[in-house]
Amino acid sequence: MNDVDSVADVIAVACLLVGAFFCLTAGVGLLRFPDVLSRMHAGTKPQVVGVLLIMVGAAIRLTGSSVTWMLLLVAAFQLLTAPVSAHLVSRIAYRRRHVRRDLLLVDELGGGPRARPGAPRGDEPADGVDQAGR
Amino acid sequence: MTTPEVAVRRLRNQVPLLVSLVLVWNLLWGTWSWANLLSGTVVAVAVTWLLPLPPVTGGLRFHPVAVLRFVGHFVADLAASSAQVAWEAIRPRGMPHGAIISVQLRTDSDLLLTMIAESLCLVPGSIVIDLDREERVFGLHLLAVRDHAEVDAQRRRVLETEERVVRAFGSAAEIAALDQQPDQPERRPAGSAP
Repeated sequence: MNDVDSVADVIAVACLLVGAFFCLTAGVGLLRFPDVLSRMHAGTKPQVVGVLLIMVGAAIRLTGSSVTWMLLLVAAFQLLTAPVSAHLVSRIAYRRRHVRRDLLLVDELGGGPRARPGAPRGDEPADGVDQAGR
Repeated sequence: MTTPEVAVRRLRNQVPLLVSLVLVWNLLWGTWSWANLLSGTVVAVAVTWLLPLPPVTGGLRFHPVAVLRFVGHFVADLAASSAQVAWEAIRPRGMPHGAIISVQLRTDSDLLLTMIAESLCLVPGSIVIDLDREERVFGLHLLAVRDHAEVDAQRRRVLETEERVVRAFGSAAEIAALDQQPDQPERRPAGSAP
């Protein structure tokens, strides 16, 4: 093994380890964060970076193999899909009021555009807490 | 307007999608060959014909320098916000407060708004909860904020992200719209306790 190979190996190992660490913190965040919206943060940012770093590390180790192109695809689709799923889950969680309002510093949507009189509110549960009594 | 013209225009709108589908197909096979290209084209045409999507109007433009700036900021922000969320996850003491804010944007293009929403989910400590398309208002959840100054700082970073995306991919008119309303209309936080 020559010097170039060993340098590349060190970089690959560093990428794999740091990526694995970020994935671990994403899992820990899912357990420790208090509500759905916070958990979605853990499910997007450290998770995406972790996957990206692991893909980079694997691509360095597997240079020249046709698998590297699939790693590129995995990274691209991870970047595209993680925000969309996080957005959908948080949107539904907010509309179904699975939000720990006591943990919020500001809530500008509560009295926001959708609270104007006459706006359809059919997507909210009938037994939801009143706006004023949150 | 005759039917062939409509068909040609629809085809031109579909070309980027077709090309990217063929590219994905070739990447999945992992090797380049004419057989892959042909079969990829067949699959792409079949997919777009069987599962038609609404056309995306108003194509993207590329301003290379601004795209580089956007990508650079994006990567740096992604690393920074991941480190921040990772720290919030493993720090021994509990989390500070979250916040839900609404931000008035200045862009009026479906595609650009989609890109802004996607990059906002990944970068500056926020998740898009809601998007009022007609009024161009984003609802965002912020993970860890300590006081109102930090909320305002996050709001500024959202607008900066919007500006970078529009300057990188927007048309001349959309870039001009950024400067027309330099100060965003103040949205009073409803029901926020000081």
